[in-house]
Amino acid sequence: MMSRLHGHGHDHQDVPSDPALRVKALESLLVEKGLVDPEALDAIIDTYEHKTGPRNGAKVVARAWVDSAYKRRLMNDATAAIAELGYGGRQGEHMVVVENTPQVHNLVVCTLCSCYPWSVLGLPPVWYKSAPYRSRAVIDPRGVLREFGIDVAEDAEVRVWDSTAELRYLVLPERPAGTEKLSEEGLAALVTRDAMVGVGKVTL
Amino acid sequence: MGGMHGMGPVRYETNETVFHAPWEARVFALNLALGAWRKWNIDAGRFQIEQVPPADYLRMSYYEKWLARIIELSVKRGLVTRAEIESGQPAAGSTKATPPLTADNVPSMLRGGAGAIRNVPAIAHFKVGQRVRARNINPAGHTRLPRYARGKTGTVDRNHGVYVFPDTNAEFLGENPQHVYSVRFAARELWGDQASPRDAVYIDLWDDYLEPA
Repeated sequence: MMSRLHGHGHDHQDVPSDPALRVKALESLLVEKGLVDPEALDAIIDTYEHKTGPRNGAKVVARAWVDSAYKRRLMNDATAAIAELGYGGRQGEHMVVVENTPQVHNLVVCTLCSCYPWSVLGLPPVWYKSAPYRSRAVIDPRGVLREFGIDVAEDAEVRVWDSTAELRYLVLPERPAGTEKLSEEGLAALVTRDAMVGVGKVTL
Repeated sequence: MGGMHGMGPVRYETNETVFHAPWEARVFALNLALGAWRKWNIDAGRFQIEQVPPADYLRMSYYEKWLARIIELSVKRGLVTRAEIESGQPAAGSTKATPPLTADNVPSMLRGGAGAIRNVPAIAHFKVGQRVRARNINPAGHTRLPRYARGKTGTVDRNHGVYVFPDTNAEFLGENPQHVYSVRFAARELWGDQASPRDAVYIDLWDDYLEPA
């Protein structure tokens, strides 16, 4: 007899059950087959929950603000300059830094998937991966920026960077006025993830 | 997805956590750990997610798509069978493998990354400052030439060097390394008069995506 699990007669896949249960079942199968080491999974998760995140990028930005030679190296070869501070590797192999000025505001997106510079910003937030951001950042960047509270002047230019290849983009935000006396560490504490994606500004 | 309308406002979450449930973290880590078998590459991984039917694609969360990806790729590339996925049990008589990625080599794996630059000779067909047109190609397979740029004209802003070509790599047809350029497209070229006359979109495009304009 044919199975009629749903009590109706058309063929379709079962509605996926709770992802938590499916993932648990999958992981235990993969561990039992010797395909993955559960402790390696823990180590990966620990890295992205605790060791790699926007604090990395904030240190790069602060260094560029206080050290003009470093800033030149950063603009010239971002991957190498970021490696000087100890950051690199996965999803940060090929870095480009773009600088905000009073005349130019940069905004980073990946319209094709959700490419993001993990090595300096950690894993992307949900909004960055969402359909609204991915669809609108390129066609209506000023509208998106307004939703984030940023009004770019009419006579300034918005540059949107669509991360379609393996280059990963980091925005060097403008250093806020009144921070002349702050230490590099103090400056880094002001720098937000949003500012380094281009949807925020650094403020005191 | 670039340029589509109707997706609504960007929903921002303050003080967002890295993962929103423990299972998301496990799926994320499983993707990286299974990737260490080198049975597929980053382009094949992206292509797999693109094969999620459009209605499901929009409905599913990011990590639900990552879950679907590892299941499908693990079956396709022979790490597990469909029957094993369905039963949750290794097939009778199957031997136990040794995972290529262990906890102690996670830091070096992540630190090493997986660079896409290839140090092979390749002719750069375009020069910085040159006017170029994104070709009007519509492959059924994987491509990284966004639909909104096809047929549009821009200016080469910089040459990033020689990189693996995703269109072939995604289907295991070879890396076909070629130059990647950052091409500046005026917002009005892409979107017409509704766009600001000052704004621009920079898109990273491979040699094969471009033609002289």
